[in-house]
Amino acid sequence: MTAKNLPPSYDNIARHEVFPELNHDERARYNFLANLNKHLAHVSQGNAIAFEQRVQPKFKEEHGRDFKTKEELGAAMAKDQHYQTWSALRRSTMEMRQQAGRSMTYRQAFALKKRVDKLNEGKDSLILDDSVQVPPYLLAVDNHLMPGSYHTELIEGDVANAANYDGGLFVTTAGLLGKYSDGGGEAIAQWLKNNHPEFAPKRILDIGCGIGHNTLPIAKHYPDAEVVAIDTGKPMLRYGHARSVALGYDNVKFMQAEASKLPFEDESFDWIQTTMFLHETGGKSIYNIMKEIHRCLKKGGITMHIEQPQYTDDMSLYEKWIRDWDAYNNSEPYWSKMHDIDPKELMEASGFNGEHYMQIGAQAVNDLDDGTQKADEPEDHGRSPIWNVFGVWKK
Amino acid sequence: MENSVDYIGIASNKPKGARPYFFDDPAVERVMNIAMAIGMELGVARERLDSLERILEEKGIMTRQEIENYTPTSKKIETERQQWHSEYISRILRIIQQEMEQMKNPDKTLHEIADDIDKM
Repeated sequence: MTAKNLPPSYDNIARHEVFPELNHDERARYNFLANLNKHLAHVSQGNAIAFEQRVQPKFKEEHGRDFKTKEELGAAMAKDQHYQTWSALRRSTMEMRQQAGRSMTYRQAFALKKRVDKLNEGKDSLILDDSVQVPPYLLAVDNHLMPGSYHTELIEGDVANAANYDGGLFVTTAGLLGKYSDGGGEAIAQWLKNNHPEFAPKRILDIGCGIGHNTLPIAKHYPDAEVVAIDTGKPMLRYGHARSVALGYDNVKFMQAEASKLPFEDESFDWIQTTMFLHETGGKSIYNIMKEIHRCLKKGGITMHIEQPQYTDDMSLYEKWIRDWDAYNNSEPYWSKMHDIDPKELMEASGFNGEHYMQIGAQAVNDLDDGTQKADEPEDHGRSPIWNVFGVWKK
Repeated sequence: MENSVDYIGIASNKPKGARPYFFDDPAVERVMNIAMAIGMELGVARERLDSLERILEEKGIMTRQEIENYTPTSKKIETERQQWHSEYISRILRIIQQEMEQMKNPDKTLHEIADDIDKM
């Protein structure tokens, strides 16, 4: 590994009025973790070597055939020492990142809440609704190992986990999503601007917005549009709204609502977006959500969904299996089954015409890219900011 | 204390789902996790020391011998330093707290949750 692969220092992250305060040690801890993540992407390459050089040949010798299923391949790899070491280190890194973030945000939980409340007070662009239920697929698991997930409130008006999410994305992705961690939203907004300059959405819906980090670039590129960002987690909405106000946005509304029961009229949006959201839903819900999207989308409108690459027939069994690591070991359990779905079939089952289906590749727009990030970078499956975008125009 | 939470305990909480272990012996995993956390804290201390030494050097303020001879000069300083150790130990022994939380509240595996979720 060369110095070319150093992640940007945490001091490069963009602050705003509700961003948590990090002391010297907390910043240093994040610097260590970003470097460790970067390092483990290299260690990960050893899994392919172990697979090709010893795991696969041994299986073939014993069974007289190649692996037929991911489960079979996984059971054999689970016994490999390199895989064990890499997995244990990666799991440990994710846990350390959560602990570092939560010790930092919960020590200032009340101060954060106060700053958020001050910006949110009296604003009608934040709409919380106690009747909205957190869906069972979110209650079943703490996605990506964040204890308490998006909805838990340990104090009244809690925003600490939302602030933890905001501050930690930069660490998990080693800064590859840019200084506001908004490289995904920026990529999709730029793609639409460049490829469909005539498209002028008046009303845009972002489902599963979290802290709105991928919503704001959409609001920035379409300043005349009314952007509605929904989520079921109160801490995320409170923090996301305050963050949006702090960053100077006045065209984004944050609203507590559930994706499979959208509280909107038929054909009321020109563009409905999800970004890294669908893999955190569930096997039945994903179809209900897509049907709701079809109902709420205007004719002539577009819906797009950013996800990691789908598992297609031409993807090797090994790649499907290594991409599954996060599903079971980084607690994103629907990840595996979601990536097995044919997205075109999902859209058609939800009422869309498959003739207008499209699929594009997208890469994060990284405003911190100074040319020192690219050389000799191995693909870190499940983490690299290289995405699949699928979508459809409603005609 | 009013307006404070047990952030040290909260920070080390276990997420939902039984924790996967990768080594044949979980003891190896436990020790490795502790070692990694210590490794991180050494990195943190090293960065802080580096900041300190550079500032002192730039300002021509202090000698290394003065640092060598320092002892706390008040109860407040002593308490601050002990509090730091307490948090430090909780941080590096995170995995043991999580195993105890799992013993107290046995949790489903992620494979079981994935199957549950597939039906939701």
